[in-house]
Amino acid sequence: MRIAVILKAVPDLVEEMELTSDGTDLDREYLKFVTNEWDEQALEEALLLKDSDGAEVVAVGMADDPDIEQALYSAVAKGADRAVTIAGATGVDTRSRAAAVAAWLKDNPADLVLSGVQAPDDLDGQLPAALGAALGLPHVSVVVSVALDGAAAIVRQEFSGGRAADLNVTLPAVLGIQVARQAPRYAPVTRVRQVMQSTTIDEASVAVDEAAAGIRVRRMYPPEKTTHAEMIDGSPAEVAARIVELLRSRSLVKG
Amino acid sequence: MSGNVLVLAEQSDGQVSDATYELLGKGRELATAWGGTLEVATFGPTDVSGQLGIADAVVRVDHPALASYTADAYEQVLLQLLTERAPRLLLLSNDTVGLDLGTALAVSWDASQVAYVMALAVDGDTPVATAQILGGKILAEVEITAPRGICTVIGGSFPLAAGKGDGTPEIVTAAAPGGLDAPRISLRAIVEPDTSDVDITAADLLVSAGRGVGSKDDLEVVQELADALGAPLSASRPVIDAGWMPKTRQVGKSGLKVKPKAYLSFGISGAPEHLEGMRDAELIIACNTDANAPIFDVAHYGTTVDLFDLVPAIVEEIGG
Ligand SMILES: Cc1cc2nc3c(=O)[nH]c(=O)nc-3n(C[C@H](O)[C@H](O)[C@H](O)COP(=O)(O)OP(=O)(O)OC[C@H]3O[C@@H](n4cnc5c(N)ncnc54)[C@H](O)[C@@H]3O)c2cc1C
Repeated sequence: MRIAVILKAVPDLVEEMELTSDGTDLDREYLKFVTNEWDEQALEEALLLKDSDGAEVVAVGMADDPDIEQALYSAVAKGADRAVTIAGATGVDTRSRAAAVAAWLKDNPADLVLSGVQAPDDLDGQLPAALGAALGLPHVSVVVSVALDGAAAIVRQEFSGGRAADLNVTLPAVLGIQVARQAPRYAPVTRVRQVMQSTTIDEASVAVDEAAAGIRVRRMYPPEKTTHAEMIDGSPAEVAARIVELLRSRSLVKG
Repeated sequence: MSGNVLVLAEQSDGQVSDATYELLGKGRELATAWGGTLEVATFGPTDVSGQLGIADAVVRVDHPALASYTADAYEQVLLQLLTERAPRLLLLSNDTVGLDLGTALAVSWDASQVAYVMALAVDGDTPVATAQILGGKILAEVEITAPRGICTVIGGSFPLAAGKGDGTPEIVTAAAPGGLDAPRISLRAIVEPDTSDVDITAADLLVSAGRGVGSKDDLEVVQELADALGAPLSASRPVIDAGWMPKTRQVGKSGLKVKPKAYLSFGISGAPEHLEGMRDAELIIACNTDANAPIFDVAHYGTTVDLFDLVPAIVEEIGG
């Protein structure tokens, strides 16, 4: 059983988002990057399957992603067996990434491909579905648990309102993970450092056709603040008093 | 180039979903602007065409593999319909179905997709979509220049009344593709939502906690406020995923939609998936130390005071 986990470096949403001067893209030079939080969930689910059923877990990143080596070393420190970067696709867009990963997977097949259900910057759609279609494999998104059962996976897919479906999915398959069955494990910094000394990240390169994007960003902008909240200033006690007054005026506080 | 718009109808228990009506209303507007038709696809044994009077045509496909939703079967059928009916634009809701199918069909139908759409208009021949990305911190206005487009639309973006109509659409029954006889995904069981806990959708007042609370132990601080106000505690998804609170308390796209008289949020950033579940609350008061947090764009009142200073102060104010 081989499980490939596809990781993406995405802008840290805690930071302010800087735009390029023409306003059509993020200015990535000054942004801080982190691993997509849902990809971290996908990695954890893969490691849980390795723990329970035995599997080779391969962590895969795009060579051009900022700080991706760090994410891959961390994945190995948590228990991935190897790490690979794929060169050849430069975009942050889902379609070119999916084409590159699909090309790599054709030569390096996996029984299960896991990735996050979405990424914060995947404007042109989500990777798991794109990969499934590109590889002609069954795929399921918004997955909240995975179990292996011979040549199939038993997968729980979540819908809105707390409804879910348990599915049999024939392997090989691609799954978009919403959340792992337990919180992602932690790799101590010392362990990550050790891994950096002892592990080599494989470097793969693929050729993908430069497909026409078919979409053109006219502009990016922060949401207009026309409907912005009225900000309550003052000390915690003053702010608290105002909030309680707002609730009292609607009879939502007893007494 | 056709000016037709195709919408996938989602239904549960024989009722067409609100999200579908939103898409139909917008689809009607675009098809009319292009002089095209609005078509709606509905799969499975239940005939909901009577609820789809806004459309010009209802395309029905049935097969045992369509008795309940699976990505595999729906994708095959939709791809066949897209190829046969060649619309300019496919509209899907950005829910589980849209996350499953949108980008897969973009690849297999060779179309261009814009995800997380919250506004959509036409500029001449070209659809122009506004997408909400980066957790709601950035909007992207995007032209679909390709001849075939797919938009996956965030729930609550368009008025649903515009999607209801009393016309009599042409009913087209299409054959199911052969691939459905050997499904690669099959349903084992439907898991119904847990209803044993308090119903947060019935509360007048909700105190809601986000990842900013930091840990299960610190949740206690916010719980005290909820107790003091006699309100149930609800939460954003990461709080639930971390196991600090049960799923029954989750507000948002994959949780519950709430509409209390007041919604007090602490340490919630206001990602689109969260806003989908609470933006219709009558009064929203948000506490977040990041003045740029998107929650402040839907809140009526806001504060950047640290929640660990503010929450005890509110408890004291109520007690006093
Ligand atoms: C398919 C899908 C479905 C989803 N469904 C849902 C859903 O139903 N509901 C949902 O909520 N999410 C949902 N999400 C997740 C969503 O995208 C966000 O990740 C989530 O809403 C973020 O939760 P949060 O605001 O609590 O955390 P964060 O975005 O991490 O925000 C924490 C906030 O706390 C603030 N903060 C930190 N410390 C303090 C302090 N001391 N005082 C005050 N403020 C502080 C920070 O400034 C930050 O803004 C879904 C995602 C996907 C992909």
